[in-house]
Amino acid sequence: MEEKTYTWRDLINYGLLGSVVTLYFGMIGMLELFDERILITPFLSLGDVLLFSGVIGIVFFAVNKFASSLNEAFKVGAVVGAVSAIFPIVLSFIATSELIAEQFVIRDVFVSVTDRLVEIYNFGLEPIVGSLVLIVAFAIVGVLTALFIKTDPKIERPLLMGIVLTLGIGLFSENVTQILGNLPAGIGRSISRLLFTNKALTIVSALIIFLLTAGITYWRMRRPTTGESRGFNFSFEDISNRGLNRAQMIQLAIVAVVLLLLPWMVGSFLSQVLFNVGLFILMGLGLNIVVGYAGLLDLGYVAFFAFGAYTMGILTTATSLNPGLGLNFWTALPFAILIAVMFGIILGVPVLNMRGDYLAIVTLGFGEIIRILALSDWLAPVMGGAQGVLKIAKPVFFGVEMGSPETMYYMVLAGSLLVGFVAIRLRDSRLGRQWMAMREDEDVAEAMGINLVQTKLMAFAIGAAFSGLAGAIFSARVNNIFPHSFNLLISINALSLIIVGGIGSIPGVIIGALVLVGLPELLREFSEYRLLMYGILLIVMMLVRPEGFIPAEIYKRELRADEETETEIEAQVTSS
Amino acid sequence: MAMLEVNDIHTYYGNIHALKGISITVEEGEIVTLIGANGAGKTTTLRTISGLLKPRQGNVTLWGEDIVQYAAHEVVFQGVAMVPEGRGVFAKLSVKENLEMGAYSRKAGSGIRQDMDRMFALFPRLEERIGQLAGTLSGGEQQMVATARALMARPKLLLMDEPSMGLAPILVDGIFDTIKEINQEGTTVLLVEQNALMALSIANRGYVLQTGEVVISDSAENLKVNETVQKAYLGID
Ligand SMILES: Nc1ncnc2c1ncn2[C@@H]1O[C@H](COP(=O)(O)OP(=O)(O)O)[C@@H](O)[C@H]1O
Ligand SMILES: [Mg+2]
Repeated sequence: MEEKTYTWRDLINYGLLGSVVTLYFGMIGMLELFDERILITPFLSLGDVLLFSGVIGIVFFAVNKFASSLNEAFKVGAVVGAVSAIFPIVLSFIATSELIAEQFVIRDVFVSVTDRLVEIYNFGLEPIVGSLVLIVAFAIVGVLTALFIKTDPKIERPLLMGIVLTLGIGLFSENVTQILGNLPAGIGRSISRLLFTNKALTIVSALIIFLLTAGITYWRMRRPTTGESRGFNFSFEDISNRGLNRAQMIQLAIVAVVLLLLPWMVGSFLSQVLFNVGLFILMGLGLNIVVGYAGLLDLGYVAFFAFGAYTMGILTTATSLNPGLGLNFWTALPFAILIAVMFGIILGVPVLNMRGDYLAIVTLGFGEIIRILALSDWLAPVMGGAQGVLKIAKPVFFGVEMGSPETMYYMVLAGSLLVGFVAIRLRDSRLGRQWMAMREDEDVAEAMGINLVQTKLMAFAIGAAFSGLAGAIFSARVNNIFPHSFNLLISINALSLIIVGGIGSIPGVIIGALVLVGLPELLREFSEYRLLMYGILLIVMMLVRPEGFIPAEIYKRELRADEETETEIEAQVTSS
Repeated sequence: MAMLEVNDIHTYYGNIHALKGISITVEEGEIVTLIGANGAGKTTTLRTISGLLKPRQGNVTLWGEDIVQYAAHEVVFQGVAMVPEGRGVFAKLSVKENLEMGAYSRKAGSGIRQDMDRMFALFPRLEERIGQLAGTLSGGEQQMVATARALMARPKLLLMDEPSMGLAPILVDGIFDTIKEINQEGTTVLLVEQNALMALSIANRGYVLQTGEVVISDSAENLKVNETVQKAYLGID
């Protein structure tokens, strides 16, 4: 392996970068707000985690870039960590110095530089002592991060799982309490009283959770891993060829029961969150066909969501404002999907000859045009203009009116299962292979006998169908829809979640939706910083794991193949 | 009736008049070669025959049936397969998947297994590399994949665009041997080459293209001793 060289300057540069990040989180008020959420009483808040996250991140990159041995990692971690403390220290001196305060007050310019922020940077100590503590703390965190990166994955994985789960439970203590509260006979309430004080974990409970998680993970990793028993791993071929083995059957049964009981276990608020996640899973699966399978970058995907929603609305609304037909949900549903498919094809035809960026720009335009048309006075007699469509019918299922988050959850669950099944079958079908060939090379695919027009339009149509279904369910849930609900952000969200999850991967869509749709809903109190965190996540993902959380087989191979060719080239270069 | 007749085709790229009235005939069982310098219009001719480009004037008939009316993917169903210039393998698919893709135009399942075995008999290298990604193969191996993939469609007529391009001389011999073998097994071949000497050594007849026109057409033997050809393409003074 090639020796990694670096100079002191490199380390200092990285440290300064970490310092900028740490300063930035403070100057925009994020640290102070996050500090109010206590994870583990009395000493660890979300703000502390954020304070150290800049250092952890930057040390991660620095160690991967520069350090090949453990000693080096130690040094890199310590130096980068310590240097990261510089700007916050400078800031707290500026903010506390009487001399400077006479000249100008920093708060006049940067409103978020409060006494509280300085206190966070100084751990509530005197400026000089506090600064030293910050340097030492950052250096220690840097070293720990470096050591962590260099340890054996056998130890790293359990530790990571333990930390993530403990902090997660601390962060979502309210949601956990609520879920536990729904357990029968008050068992849950006693458990949550044991776990939490003042909505945060106690030191003891945090330790127990950490040790349990780490221990279980370690134990599971030590077990001999035969391909079958490992994790949750179903392939369609396996099931149709061999049937399910016992362990898989049990796993599947547990998952089914949990999915069915979920809304009653988690309560109304979390059911609504799950509903939103489910909607985006539906859309993500559809967009995944267009982008992941067929390789067509579509940024106007929200249009089909809107078509589904508006068709459902117009056909079922009970007001006289819109010329509603007063149909019921189930009669209107096929029309909603059909209209979406129809427009999928209509909007697909003009872009048949476009590729890549051009396609992206034009579809982006289409998405906006549809929203503006819905808003226009011209179509107001049908679509309601800015007033939207009101009083959309709720689905009635065997005499039960569905409208609550809990019941509508079942709607998206059923939709997601159906659509997921269709997506899997499509991927392995003849059409799936046509898409794959087309994505790889349009000319060669055509020379191979593949009808590009038909293949592309099929992708647009099926993608639109899934999105239309999501739209129809959405409008039945919210009962009133307005043009501004169908903005560009929905397309971007759907695209981001399949990228983060892993392009072309079905489990990836689920994970992506949970992370990009579910988490922000749970962290509403920090919604001010939602887009910032979103952006950071996307950038970090692209740097660290560009293939997504759960990459599809073909994209994984692609990345591996690139590495292979690179090493081959290296080998050739060194041998010659 | 000739198998393939290209009658006076004019093909354009926008305003660029790339083919200015090309006429070619290929009889069943032959190897016919198109030679000519870079930019002469060889690739354009093949792409017009395979339906990827439409001529503005003239027609292409296969067994007397006009195939200009067909889209590229339909031409494949008429029994014409192409090995594109620069090979054009599906880089991210395995060798096996590439070959399966080639059988795409056929009814599913009918003899694909046997055909694949035939390809492995023709190209033993590919069997060793069956699971490897086509993009990671060497140039010669990629050429094999592209050729085998085209043959998987069981074409009557195989169009090959510069199969020797970019290959080491030692591999070029092998490629031409294979083309002869394919031909002997009953596939008619229309071969585009810049390596005129090699092409003429296996072909029955040849056409020389120059700036979108056929300037000479003759039997391979005659072309080899033709003065113009020798000067321009065989490097003999
Ligand atoms: N995609 C294209 N767009 C515009 N002009 C092209 C294109 N491809 C080829 N040409 C032009 O058409 C002519 C014939 O090209 P081509 O058939 O590729 O030649 P050959 O295969 O004999 O080298 C050349 O003048 C070339 O510049
Ligand atoms: Mg060419």
